[in-house]
Amino acid sequence: MSSENSTLVKLNNAGFKQNDKWLVEGVSLTVKKGKIVTLIGPNGSGKSTTAKIALGIYKNIEGSVEKYTNKVGYVPQKISIDWTLPLRVYDFMLLTENIKDEAIDEALTLTGVIHLKNKNLGNLSGGEFQRVLIARAISKKPELLVLDEPVQGVDYTGEIALYELIKRISDTLNCGILLISHDLHTVMTATDHVVCLNGHVCCSGTPMDVAKNNEYKTLFGEQASQILSVYEHKHDHVHSDKGEIKKN
Amino acid sequence: MFDDFFIRALIAGLGIALVTGPLGCFVVWRRLSYFGDTLAHSALLGVTLAYSFELNIALSVFIISSLIALILIQLQKKTNLPGDALLGLLAHSSLAVGLVVIGFLTFIRFDIMGLLFGDILAVTTDDLLIIWTGGAVILLVLKLIWKPLFASTVNYELAEAEGLNPDRAKAIFTILMAAVIAISIKMVGLLLITGMLIIPAAMARNISNSPQKMVLFSIIGGLLSVLLGLFSSLEFNTSSGPSIIMAALVLFILSLLNIKQSIKLKN
Repeated sequence: MSSENSTLVKLNNAGFKQNDKWLVEGVSLTVKKGKIVTLIGPNGSGKSTTAKIALGIYKNIEGSVEKYTNKVGYVPQKISIDWTLPLRVYDFMLLTENIKDEAIDEALTLTGVIHLKNKNLGNLSGGEFQRVLIARAISKKPELLVLDEPVQGVDYTGEIALYELIKRISDTLNCGILLISHDLHTVMTATDHVVCLNGHVCCSGTPMDVAKNNEYKTLFGEQASQILSVYEHKHDHVHSDKGEIKKN
Repeated sequence: MFDDFFIRALIAGLGIALVTGPLGCFVVWRRLSYFGDTLAHSALLGVTLAYSFELNIALSVFIISSLIALILIQLQKKTNLPGDALLGLLAHSSLAVGLVVIGFLTFIRFDIMGLLFGDILAVTTDDLLIIWTGGAVILLVLKLIWKPLFASTVNYELAEAEGLNPDRAKAIFTILMAAVIAISIKMVGLLLITGMLIIPAAMARNISNSPQKMVLFSIIGGLLSVLLGLFSSLEFNTSSGPSIIMAALVLFILSLLNIKQSIKLKN
């Protein structure tokens, strides 16, 4: 497979301006099949905006987006659903595509919420709803998954299980994932490519590259950089030149 | 057993209820009741134009309502006024223009009450044809745009992100709203059309737990309202529009009893 064929979405120097204020600018990144690209950065750094640019939700953008797939699953960071709608979890699973019952059951089982299938969506807890959102996104067997803080509100053990699930889905479906997360610990173990945002791309590369970057250190502090390096070390067994990091 | 006009009114009313049922659900879900009112008020202008230029009433109302919807979209883009102010502006100014035009058309005898509240005597065989073919087209188009329209009603960004083109669905739905008002204006009257859209759907919301059920109950509620309303209109010699809407109201109140019971069961 040539590299061009495996590209799912590509941002070329993309940016978005709202009310004369840049939410994010100059972002270039590529999500390929089977790869996980993670966006990190402080609040208001343009992570969700970048995801929405990649998804084509924002129309009047600077730069360009090339999207090579229409099979997209999206877990938004904030979702405001009008609860005047009578909507069961089952109806919600069918929202954007008619999916077979088996696929719905499978996805709900994977995220651990199959027992809520016939419950009203408005009666779920935050964590339960988040699991339903993930189930809905993966049940479509998408080629591109965009996950904007997908495990918010999920309990700690669930969080780990869900990240493992996301990694597994990326492997079995061979789909590309654009992930946004604050949780450096969990994310870095699975990520192929990290883009650190702060209104623009402040640095990008493998988790290790990013951890070494000085701009990243100023944004997240020395400790965050140690977290990344520790993980990189643990998994690749590459000894960094920063000996003191290992001790932590 | 019944006079011809009453049979025609029944057939017309049932046809209208089949269409207002599902459309009304979207009006409730998308909070468009005031938008529906605005289109309905502008229908008076459509009716006067139909009389002035000897056009078909339904066609003329459809054109004017669609035009008002277009103007609304443009005003929303170009001004900073809140949506409800714009709707009020359009609703009352188009109603006023319509009434002034009627004042000039002294050579035509107008039944204003009939226009405002519906007149079953006015339904002709041609109207039946318009209602049933128009209604069939509206329902078919609604079925075609159902997925993107419903998905974007639940969440716009999900629909957009997953490639459903919600903007197009919304534009088409606006045209459908104008069309349903056009086919039901003679029967229900322009002041009460929105009631025909909202009340059966609101009743259905009280007793349904899924969107499909709500649409189904909304249709059934609309059909029952038409039957009850028209028979009582005949019996008590009342206007058809208010009688149908009152029947819908009775059904709505009954559906509230159902809610109370289910709350009791839960406790």
